[in-house]
Amino acid sequence: MRKYVPKDNVQKKSYYTDRFWVAPRVPQSDVEEGSHFASVVDALGDRVLCAYISLGQLIVTIKHQDNYSTLETLKDECGYKVCTELSAVDYLAQDGEFEIFYQMLNLDDALRVRVVCRIPDGEAIETTVPLFKSANFAEREMYDMFGIKINNHPFHKRIIMPDDWEGHPLLKTYPLQGDEFASWYEVDKIFGKEYRDVIGPENRDASRIDRYDTKRFSRVGYEVDFDADISKGESKTPIEYSQTVLVDYTTGTEQLDERR
Amino acid sequence: MAQHKVDFASNAGLPIALTSVDKLLNWGRSNSLWPLTYGLACCAIEMMASGGSRYDFDRMGTIFRASPRQSDVMILAGTLSKKHSEFARRLYDQMTEPKWVISMGSCANTGGMFNTYATVQGVDRIVPVDIYLPGCAPRPETLQYALMMLQKKIRSESANMNNNKKQDLRLI
Repeated sequence: MRKYVPKDNVQKKSYYTDRFWVAPRVPQSDVEEGSHFASVVDALGDRVLCAYISLGQLIVTIKHQDNYSTLETLKDECGYKVCTELSAVDYLAQDGEFEIFYQMLNLDDALRVRVVCRIPDGEAIETTVPLFKSANFAEREMYDMFGIKINNHPFHKRIIMPDDWEGHPLLKTYPLQGDEFASWYEVDKIFGKEYRDVIGPENRDASRIDRYDTKRFSRVGYEVDFDADISKGESKTPIEYSQTVLVDYTTGTEQLDERR
Repeated sequence: MAQHKVDFASNAGLPIALTSVDKLLNWGRSNSLWPLTYGLACCAIEMMASGGSRYDFDRMGTIFRASPRQSDVMILAGTLSKKHSEFARRLYDQMTEPKWVISMGSCANTGGMFNTYATVQGVDRIVPVDIYLPGCAPRPETLQYALMMLQKKIRSESANMNNNKKQDLRLI
């Protein structure tokens, strides 16, 4: 006989793991002497903590206090006139800080530079809206999603979530299906908190079958009225078959003879 | 009916058909439904197709109306985000009685695949729903069938909306 293996959790377990698999790293290389990126690093001067090339892009690490002056130099002296994207990455659990990145584009030479800085939790970063109009919405989104405050922003307000929302959803600590506030948001807002009991909690499992919910489910052979209370059991109702179409051969042959 | 064929023995001796005000009113209501032009997500594209010439809602007496104050059916077509739920409810409140709601598509019915913090898990949390229409997204034929089911429901109701047993009393 085959050896018995408990199968309670067998689908949740990964049935194949490669012990020798190593997560691939994006290759990094140093900045070549005399290249365009080398001149960018020279122009930035002391502000550069670390610079390398990855996937044909220059990645520059700076201190978060230097973000405005760095982007200003990139824009005015190096031709990086477009800020295509800026946002943050949550490294709070790992390092207690956020990583903020600015993705810059030089349209003349079709080159990109990523400016990366780390900012401790609770500190604010200087706005870059005077340099790039595109930073307006992006910084508001960064504030909305991570709670990073922006100094001197012209319109420092949430952009995606409602203004009265609590919490910042892109933090790694934020639960995907929402916290207490999120799960009651629409009920509190429309009907008021006293309506929570009336409407009830969210059903996050749409395929859940409630044995005693007679509003949405019924048992074949045990049909009851809509919204009847069956917590103390329900009586059996015999299943009625159509007498005209189906022929019941078990009780006799009268129906069959008639049809013949 | 020809004069010589009138049977004065039936129908209380008169050539009339007896009916009720309910039937007359429901006949009028069910055959001229005015849904609100209100789309939320991709289901709204199917809803627009239903209203267009190929599927032609107009042949059922149904034309989309651009104002909630002049419409009596709300088709919630698509994902309802929590930020928007307040405004959806406000539109529902602005509609005049009698009014009915069709929840169109998986997202409106249960939240669908958006099992996240930002999506209302079923529009029946904010408005009372008459017809739940499954599908992702439902085809225009399905929406037409849902509307025909709603017409059927209206015809079986009492014309006085206060007498109708609403299934979802908590939200009215």
